[in-house]
Amino acid sequence: MKRPDDYEKRREHLKDLTDEQLKERFWELAYKIVEPMLEMGYKYTTPAIERSVLLRMGFSSVEVKPIVEGVMKKGLMGKGAGNVVWRLSKKLGISVREAGLGLAEGKYWDEVDTLFEGGKN
Amino acid sequence: MKLDPNKKLDIKELLKDLENYRPRRRGWHWREGRNQKRQIGDFEYRETSENLKNYIPLPGSRGFGYIDPQPDCVITTEIASGRFEDDIRRMRMAAWHGADHIMVIRTAGQSHVDSLLEGTNQGIGGIMVTRKQVRATRKALDMIEDEVGRPINFHSYVSGVAGPDIAVMFAEEGVNGAHQDPQYNILYRNVNMIRSFVDACEAKKIMTWANMLQIDGAHNANATAMKAWKVMPELMVQHAINCAFSRKIGMKAENIALSTVPPTAPPAPCMRLDLPYAVALRDLFSEYKMRAQQNTKYMESDTREATVTHTLNLVISRLTSADIQSTITPDEGRNVPWHYYNIAAVSTAKQALNGMDGFRDMVKIDREGELGQIVRELKERAILFMEEMLEAGGYFKAVEKGFFIDSGFYPERNGDGIPRQIDGGIGAGMIFERDKDYFAPVSVHYGYNNIPEGFEKASDAIGGDTFEDPSKIIYIDELDEFDNVNVRLDELKKYYDTEYVKPEVEWRADGVVAVTIFLPLDERTAEFAAIKCGEKMGLEDVTVIHKNVMHPAEGTLVEIKGKVKFDININELVIPEKIPVLSEAEIREDIEKNPMFVVAATVGEDEHSVGLKEILDIKHGGIEGFGIKYLYLGTSCPVEKLVDAAIETNADAILASTIITHDDVHIKNMKKIHDLCIEKGIRDKVILACGGTQVTNEIAVEAGMDAGFGRGSKGIDVASFLVKKRREMNNKDEN
Repeated sequence: MKRPDDYEKRREHLKDLTDEQLKERFWELAYKIVEPMLEMGYKYTTPAIERSVLLRMGFSSVEVKPIVEGVMKKGLMGKGAGNVVWRLSKKLGISVREAGLGLAEGKYWDEVDTLFEGGKN
Repeated sequence: MKLDPNKKLDIKELLKDLENYRPRRRGWHWREGRNQKRQIGDFEYRETSENLKNYIPLPGSRGFGYIDPQPDCVITTEIASGRFEDDIRRMRMAAWHGADHIMVIRTAGQSHVDSLLEGTNQGIGGIMVTRKQVRATRKALDMIEDEVGRPINFHSYVSGVAGPDIAVMFAEEGVNGAHQDPQYNILYRNVNMIRSFVDACEAKKIMTWANMLQIDGAHNANATAMKAWKVMPELMVQHAINCAFSRKIGMKAENIALSTVPPTAPPAPCMRLDLPYAVALRDLFSEYKMRAQQNTKYMESDTREATVTHTLNLVISRLTSADIQSTITPDEGRNVPWHYYNIAAVSTAKQALNGMDGFRDMVKIDREGELGQIVRELKERAILFMEEMLEAGGYFKAVEKGFFIDSGFYPERNGDGIPRQIDGGIGAGMIFERDKDYFAPVSVHYGYNNIPEGFEKASDAIGGDTFEDPSKIIYIDELDEFDNVNVRLDELKKYYDTEYVKPEVEWRADGVVAVTIFLPLDERTAEFAAIKCGEKMGLEDVTVIHKNVMHPAEGTLVEIKGKVKFDININELVIPEKIPVLSEAEIREDIEKNPMFVVAATVGEDEHSVGLKEILDIKHGGIEGFGIKYLYLGTSCPVEKLVDAAIETNADAILASTIITHDDVHIKNMKKIHDLCIEKGIRDKVILACGGTQVTNEIAVEAGMDAGFGRGSKGIDVASFLVKKRREMNNKDEN
């Protein structure tokens, strides 16, 4: 879009504001703009977020990648990759580390199908 | 491992036991002792911080007792050689010159890698940011900060499609600051916009926990826009979006820094354009920190020009405010920065900030006139920008419509912005809605988390995560057996701790040298002639790194770089021994018993007086302090007059100073003094000594002097020589 500078016309509603009011208006708009992004962050997860969770659970970057890819393939990202590993460890009675390493090596994926009975909430 | 200032940092020692190294602290560090007056040398400073324990002062400090006042703001240097083992050495040099914010640039393309990288592969224009490289660097910086006596902030990037992964690794490894701005990913890295913001939520939450300082990416709009000075309203909008977004995630305002750049550079009337913008920004963002970046948009290959622009930017920093003063190396317009240009940039910042210390107490910004009006207008334009964004349906719609990086001065639009699609870009479609039973068993997390019953906090489910129990961190050493630091060290072992050395600019023994050549030729001919010159000098891979036309026909300045084909064995060097000086007491005792008289002058058509006065004057530790009497004949003294004065006063010695070296006039003058003394029959009775910045003992002795004193010589060196020489002459007479 091309448009000539119409600042004088557009500023009509701002020109009588004090500097303080102008600053308030500036921040009010900024906070309004970021609201939807914050909501999305609350609602959604991503492969990177799930990898970051697994890293903090004590896995290396090389181990977390195949786990998250497997979780995506199973359609379980909505549960959380960390959740998958944690539940698997409980179910099998093994440590979180053993469970995750198993998944990274391609093991236990059949067990994963049984972790969330009743399917997606 | 403790560093010895006289020894090189041992990389192999540094890499030992790295798998068990833990950083000793987290979080950002501001300089200590700000906002207080401080006496340093002869002066009171008003905008400094605590002095360093070990440092290298500015060259001009010689006239001020070698003081090295440390400005109150953190000073950044950016390092990008691609080999961390070489970067570390440069960090140490930079720290000694006053840098306490080391920013490590990532290898090209890392922001598009959907994972952490591991190992120590060589990077392009930066390192691969991996756990091993980060840990080794942090370990080195821990030692370097002990050596200089000030904490050093380590910084890199939490961006791209692996932002949360990198944020975790940085938090675990004691990285103190990072760039994090989802808008940067979207506009410049074409990462999908939803992915970028969702990832940023988690990354920022982690950075908040680690108390890291965040720097935004708005300055890139300045570097990308066609006409940088027209994007000022948008720059403020970008800053505001990242600030508001970060605050809502929980980041403290004091940990959020704006990356702000004076948008223009000379020959534009930049101060008049940039100052109102700087003021408007500081008005609106008064809660936040300012990271004053240097303008790079208009940087060419001329290091002198870049330095002047940097200095003008520093004036803006001092007139307004800067919490972090960034520096860009003046050679960035010609190559990946070299060691000594990092030091040059840090020194430019330190020098200018020292020079302007307390300047604001005398010079104030006049907001009443034109500046106040422009400040107001810029703020209004930024508000109008955000109003239209919301009218268009919010941020995502505005980006789709190409609101950003348009070269029009908003509300003017030129239709040349960077549009991105909501379902496009890297990582598109990789966003998953969390179910009701979504669970992330970690101690720090943004957004919905259904913590199962029985646990107080999420990480209790796994008995604590790596933030709570660092022993759970899994360290990977190397994944590539051919491309790693051990292979590189092995290939270059001839140049580590041996007698062999090669010139270098960024890597150990890279062999690169730069040569400055003036040729009385037109630009194009000069360029090719300069390459030929380099080849004839024996250089390999000669390329032109800079040229500057002096006149279309009369001549061109060309700077070339090339690689030398040789190395040097330092054991084969003939280095004249440093002459030991007598003790002060011994000199005084000698002079007391046998008084000494000398005549002194700066000879020839030479008005330089400082050096000789320092040698003579009691106040500067000169020979007068040892009891030696002198007659000073001033500057531009004819050689004949000096020799005649020596005869008339029956002087023991003649001290001549000669600074100008044009046409070797300094050597000619020395010879003339010697010859005149022979002619007048006093040469065997009088001691002749000469000093000057380009004088060495060898040059002086060859020209007939008894001694020469170069740069850095002090009164005691001269007094000691005079006493020793007189003893030697007396002994000869007795024999």
